[in-house]
Amino acid sequence: MNAPANLKYTKSDEWLDPASGAMGISDYAQSQLSDIVFVELLVDEGDTIEAGKPIASVESVKASAEIYASAGGKVIAVNKGLPDKPETLNSDPYGEGWMIKVESGSPAEVMDSTAYEKYCEERSH
Amino acid sequence: MTYIPISPKERDAMLETVGVKSLDDLFEAVPAKHRFPKLNLPPALTEMEAMDELSGLAQANENVRADLVSFLGAGMYNHYIPSVVDHILRRGEFYTAYTPYQPEISQGTLQATFEYQSLMSALTGMDVSNASHYDGATAAAEAVNLAYAQFRGKRRKVVISPTVHPQYRAVIRTYAQGMDVQLAGDDANANLDSDPNDLANLIDDNTSLLIVQYPDFFGRVYDYTKLIEAAHAKGALVCVVANPTALAMFKTPGSMGADIVVGDGQPLGIPMWYGGPSVGFFTTRKQYVHKMAGRLVGETVDNRGQRSYVLTLTAREQHIKRERATSNICTNQGLIALGTAVYLSLLGKRGLRQVAELCYQKAHYAAQQLSKIKGMGLCFTEPFFHEFALCVGRPVEEVNAHLLEHGIIGGYDLSQDYPALNDHMLVAVTEMNSKEDIDILVEVLSEVSHD
Repeated sequence: MNAPANLKYTKSDEWLDPASGAMGISDYAQSQLSDIVFVELLVDEGDTIEAGKPIASVESVKASAEIYASAGGKVIAVNKGLPDKPETLNSDPYGEGWMIKVESGSPAEVMDSTAYEKYCEERSH
Repeated sequence: MTYIPISPKERDAMLETVGVKSLDDLFEAVPAKHRFPKLNLPPALTEMEAMDELSGLAQANENVRADLVSFLGAGMYNHYIPSVVDHILRRGEFYTAYTPYQPEISQGTLQATFEYQSLMSALTGMDVSNASHYDGATAAAEAVNLAYAQFRGKRRKVVISPTVHPQYRAVIRTYAQGMDVQLAGDDANANLDSDPNDLANLIDDNTSLLIVQYPDFFGRVYDYTKLIEAAHAKGALVCVVANPTALAMFKTPGSMGADIVVGDGQPLGIPMWYGGPSVGFFTTRKQYVHKMAGRLVGETVDNRGQRSYVLTLTAREQHIKRERATSNICTNQGLIALGTAVYLSLLGKRGLRQVAELCYQKAHYAAQQLSKIKGMGLCFTEPFFHEFALCVGRPVEEVNAHLLEHGIIGGYDLSQDYPALNDHMLVAVTEMNSKEDIDILVEVLSEVSHD
């Protein structure tokens, strides 16, 4: 399991890049979902969103999940190409698999990578 | 299906296992007054007597195969059904199968559904078909759900042509009640002769879907290409409710640019019965497949590399996606859908076209003859398929009562749905109506006009 140290994480397995305001799903989340076949972004550029509200809907071959905002704020960018390449969420969740960026966001309840790794480990037992 | 008998010995063993002495003890939990209600049945009959009684009852029915000539359509049509359809449907393997969750034991059912989907996609000119809905009306309502979900509830208006089947519009109204969706155009008092392109004026930035029918409820055939372009220019999706028989002869809704094509599969080898059960087909473009309701069978390969079939993209359905799913209905009409697939396979492309052409030619002969009757006339002048609105100059109820005396089921009384169409009936003609049948209809209606 991979959890970069520069990112923050939510209990519902989303990541937040405090530097850029980008967010997406964690490596743990994508591995639990398995092959992701569909992603729909539920917010548009210019929307103002609240932390903890749904930003995306993801379907894998066996499950469906809502993805929640790891920070609230004004949406300044949306990864428009993502719905055409949902498998990117499996191959590169922290890079090409980013979902949206918010400006000067107020984060949800987040933890650092060490705490998140421990949190994931606890759940896999 | 295996018949599992029960002997007294086996029954006693089961009772002993669950710890009761007799069957009466087993049902003790049910209050005594509900346990064995008096049914007041007549004395039992012998098999011979029962046969007699039942055939007597059956003979009281009149049917369109032997007793009556029918010119009634309005959504259900009297077509010839090759006997093979029934023979396949009555096979136990199909007759008793429920939803095929397990591909390991359900390849036959899954493949049949896959073939049905392929045939429907080809017929409508669309990319994908689901495994079917209850009927055409519920399929049309599911199109409203798809469009609503596609715009994530941000567009809350649906434009419906007043010439979509009145019962379909009623079902859509029921669905829309709980969804906070406004319907526009759904007006029985609208000008029924207006250019369908005028519907574009009702479409705005809040409109998720436009629904039109092809041929429309009055049998008229329009090319909706321009209307669909206009709807798309406003960002709305378009659903075409289609008659599958007509699609063998006319341009497909897919080639006109439709996003969703729905309809009732009954004309494809399913009897009219008493108005159902039927089957609703639903086809759409690939980009909307994740918002489509219903089950979907896909082709794949098994672990030995052999072609096989599975339910696919199931994560979009309600048992996984719960309240976020597009629809709470994923039930299909598997057996009836299979009937349409068997019918289409038997007829083939050319056979179905032949059926459509026979309907078209006979309907046009009928329209021509009927419009010669003094005091009667066609209501509309646009091209039509196998159905047309006829003014009969007096209440349709009276006319139909007179026709029935001559063994003819007359057309659908349009005044029940369209106040302006008092004294108008919708006449349907299929390959089942011979020239003689049509001539008799003309003769009897001529008598009516002279009364």
